[in-house]
Amino acid sequence: MNSEFNPPIGEISYLKGKCISLIGDDIDTDRIIPARFLKCVNFDSLGKSVFEDDRKTLRGKHPFDLEENKGASILIVNSNFGCGSSREHAPQALLRWGIKAIIGESFADIFYSNCIAIGIPCFTLPQNSIKSIQKYSATKNLFLEIDLRKSFAKSKELSFNLHIKESSKNMFLSGEWDATSTLLANESLIEKKFKDLPYIKFNA
Amino acid sequence: MSQDTLFDKVWDLHKVASLPGGSDQIFVGLHLIHEVTSPQAFGALKDKNLKIKFPNRTVATVDHIVPTDNQSRPFKDNLAEQMISTLEENCLKHKIRFFNIGSGNQGIVHVVAPELGLTQPGMTIACGDSHTSTHGAFGSIAFGIGTSQVRDVLATQTIAMNKLKVRQIWCENQLSNGVYAKDLVLHIINKLGVKAGVGFAYEFAGPAINSLSMEERMTICNMSIEGGARCGYINPDEKTFNYLKNRLCTPKDKNWDQAVKWWQSLKSDENSIYDDLIKLDASKVEPTITWGITPGQSISINQKIPLLESLSTNDKLIAEEAYEYMCFKPGQSIKDTPVEVCFIGSCTNGRISDLRVAAKVLKDKKVSNNVKAFVVPGSEKVANEAKKEGLDKIFKDSGFEWREPGCSMCLAMNSDKLIGNQVSASSSNRNFKGRQGSPNGRTLLMSPAMVAAAAINGKVSDVREFIN
Repeated sequence: MNSEFNPPIGEISYLKGKCISLIGDDIDTDRIIPARFLKCVNFDSLGKSVFEDDRKTLRGKHPFDLEENKGASILIVNSNFGCGSSREHAPQALLRWGIKAIIGESFADIFYSNCIAIGIPCFTLPQNSIKSIQKYSATKNLFLEIDLRKSFAKSKELSFNLHIKESSKNMFLSGEWDATSTLLANESLIEKKFKDLPYIKFNA
Repeated sequence: MSQDTLFDKVWDLHKVASLPGGSDQIFVGLHLIHEVTSPQAFGALKDKNLKIKFPNRTVATVDHIVPTDNQSRPFKDNLAEQMISTLEENCLKHKIRFFNIGSGNQGIVHVVAPELGLTQPGMTIACGDSHTSTHGAFGSIAFGIGTSQVRDVLATQTIAMNKLKVRQIWCENQLSNGVYAKDLVLHIINKLGVKAGVGFAYEFAGPAINSLSMEERMTICNMSIEGGARCGYINPDEKTFNYLKNRLCTPKDKNWDQAVKWWQSLKSDENSIYDDLIKLDASKVEPTITWGITPGQSISINQKIPLLESLSTNDKLIAEEAYEYMCFKPGQSIKDTPVEVCFIGSCTNGRISDLRVAAKVLKDKKVSNNVKAFVVPGSEKVANEAKKEGLDKIFKDSGFEWREPGCSMCLAMNSDKLIGNQVSASSSNRNFKGRQGSPNGRTLLMSPAMVAAAAINGKVSDVREFIN
């Protein structure tokens, strides 16, 4: 876990780091951060509790506890990662542990949009590619450089194209993943919409 | 690309702009907040020095952390007290309507908003909770969001989102006696899988859906997210309008007539285009129970826990994980599995009709000695109605504990938790590992009627043996 937390800011176009692989489909947000840790009014202390129950069960053998994964920042997962609860605490806990990007077979929709909203790019790859990456990283450390503009990742021995939704990619490259100001820029359109919606009138 | 579905119409109506990156800026007609996912959003507004754009389009209640035994303030749990106080302060400061404990209208946000008539057809509804899909039962487009998006809705009343594809799930025929909406939705999730809905909104339609009451429709839409669909909806009809009539926040008099006229125009066109269509026969659905650690791992009461070789390659790994976690052997019957805790409640099945069905099973019966059973009404309104009908007495006489409204052991953020590896028969929505408060607690999801039957026998039972 990183001792000092620096949240992502602005344009994100290049990422570099060690991979940490977590095997399994349908890993839900209750597992990423159990509900008892949601009793907080800020996200600051969540990093240390990421996967708390899974880690306790595996007594030091969980990927997030293994010495060789220390300092890793690119998470490799299988399908439907982050399903279940909408808790942003889940990606916030991952971010605070040190995860800066996730590569997986697929992501649950709400988890995905939460990741985008806090500056964690999520890339997808076909199942066989993920499995070969996981197989590779089971025996040696995998360091990846990710070029977001080209949707391309490379290491000393491997290189592959990554897939990311065009809209998400554009948001990272422009820095507009932190969407509030972009949304506010259309304030007059928002006000017009508010006036035009039929139900606003009859619910007045 | 779907065309002319209700989803398309509501989406287009609420689209404010196409954003530079390629996603849409969508106006949120109703924003619901609660104590768990909102404090950081209010904090972010303060940090960015932003105001709330339309405070009267946001409504708050408190549900996740509330104790269901002793609700006197301050709560015994300091952290829970801090969370409710923070919400109270934020609502007061920003002039947000707040239905607090004791108001007569507090409860689980997805129970409260429909019963107050806040939820209406044709709206977009967002809330920092994945079960926001519930509100789609009224023909609204409703979806869960994270805290950063809660911040965006507070600041702009809009969010950035990519349009979803639309899958129609057509349910032929009718559910048979002793089979409920919960069974149907568990069946759908099992057939389609827990990730089939990723990228989709689900439109539930067909004769079986049309026959459902509004509360049953809410149960169906509520669990869309368990099938991966962030949003699930049903086209509104006369039942929808009748449910809404004379609720606290629905339009009145002339406005009501105007509203109904508009609502009647809101449905998927007969020749609308869907991205995908699925048909299934509702009459074939039997009482359904989960045996594993995802809501898709379910079987009907007379089926056996699936053998590994009967499953697809992709389902095998999670099945092995489930056998081990649940301590089930492949091929074992689910019927007669001993249960230790029985929970009736949640945004899936904590409404008055759920309590009525369970009470009918429990009347003049006793809960097994080996079972701890409790019922948590979904809202103060549900609790009051139940008391008026004498349901609380039926529950208590049978041996159920009667509790105060909240989310309770659906996610166990309060003190209602499983202990050790207890097995619970639960009317809630998630059987994830550790979901009900113990890292090795085991959850069997089922309908409230089936929970009542399990409570009486102390083991998983077929409720049809009680009601036929």
